[in-house]
Amino acid sequence: MNVTRGFTGRPRVHNEALPPGQYDAGDDWPVLSAEVTPDLTPAEWSFRVDGLVEEPRSWSWDEAHALPESVYEGDIHCVTSWSKFGVRFGGVSLDAFLGVVRPHVSATHVVAYSHTGYTTNLPLADVTGGRAWIAWEYDGRPLTPEHGGPARLLVPHLYFWKSAKWIAGLRVLDREEPGFWEQNGYHARGNPWEEQRYSGD
Amino acid sequence: MTETADTYTPRTRFAVPGRIAVSEQAATLWQTATITEIRRETPHAATFRLAVPDWTGHLPGQHLMLRLTAGDGYVAQRHYSIASAPDDSGHIELTLDHVDGGEVSGWFHTVAEPGDTVEVRGPLSGFFAWPGDRPALLLGAGSGVVPLMSMVRHHRARGLDVPLRLLVSARSPEEFVYAREYGAETTPVFTRSAPEGVVVGRMAAAHVAPLLAEQPPGGWEAYVCGSNGFAEHASRLLVAAGQPVDRIRIERFG
Repeated sequence: MNVTRGFTGRPRVHNEALPPGQYDAGDDWPVLSAEVTPDLTPAEWSFRVDGLVEEPRSWSWDEAHALPESVYEGDIHCVTSWSKFGVRFGGVSLDAFLGVVRPHVSATHVVAYSHTGYTTNLPLADVTGGRAWIAWEYDGRPLTPEHGGPARLLVPHLYFWKSAKWIAGLRVLDREEPGFWEQNGYHARGNPWEEQRYSGD
Repeated sequence: MTETADTYTPRTRFAVPGRIAVSEQAATLWQTATITEIRRETPHAATFRLAVPDWTGHLPGQHLMLRLTAGDGYVAQRHYSIASAPDDSGHIELTLDHVDGGEVSGWFHTVAEPGDTVEVRGPLSGFFAWPGDRPALLLGAGSGVVPLMSMVRHHRARGLDVPLRLLVSARSPEEFVYAREYGAETTPVFTRSAPEGVVVGRMAAAHVAPLLAEQPPGGWEAYVCGSNGFAEHASRLLVAAGQPVDRIRIERFG
């Protein structure tokens, strides 16, 4: 351990919900997207799942809203080291979409892509089993454009760059295909509890 | 059925590729960095020169992760942009604002002295890097000018011919980081108070339009850095002035 002379840091809060190396951002919700925030209306938004599936298909805003509503209440963690506690997102579980398209048994990964062209890769196991959502509400209000509105992917158990803003679709694959940040040196999986920030962590 | 022909193409094209490959080893390894010099820039910002003997080198625009460790093992880590141009001096420079209540910037501004050591890993991310190849249009505000200054310094140090322009916003002349270093490539914008004869106001279409009117061959690669509020504003100005969205790279502080 390399102790920094004279460094005490902020008061310690014992919080088992805080992954290693993270701090509680409180009421802040920093915006860190690397691209221009798109002007995208709900009417223009669509969500598609294709690739290694039985029945590829697209959903319009209204069609997606006809699926069973699902809420995530919990925490989110950004690789830049802030975490935000007690957030509430509303939308639809990804299981509802994947249940319709039915991934092949050979499927192992997905690439999520945005209406801006942003991409991120995820193991299929991380976006199934009630652990991922398409979210369009935050704290009971429509998700704002800066935070990915009208709708974003939400995978809260991984670092938040995996939760692609302005989500446009998932491509189901039988291999890992690195996305935008993953090609820029970030970790393939991004589990905050194992501090998988950068490739090689 | 495996579907390949019918995959969806987003209506906008961002998908901006990274500019360079990133070294996995450099990104993973924590190294000791020794403060060798502290220079005050403004009442709220100072530059810290660090000796990092095994630094693998960086490109202008890249950042690093820095960590401080308390006696009880508590660790605080932050991303900081690198201010210095790449050189072989074994040193890098960071310019840090003193953030209200900031545990890391507070340590740098109130405790740190030459000889103190911290830990760094990097350089990180190839996305905001500028290798000095394409014409660069740089828009920054406050300490968002830090990675852009690395580009300006690199441009000068190498005597590059490729066009480079910097539009930089500061609250006042007193808060204007690197004030003495700017040259003909830079247009300053002052938002609260300005030197005599200079208009006070926000960065506007009138600042951006002349820069986009002088399109260099191949067009500008735009780099925007600052708070999210500034980044939203500046990137909209660029898009409105005709800069393609897939040639705008944004780094937001947060």
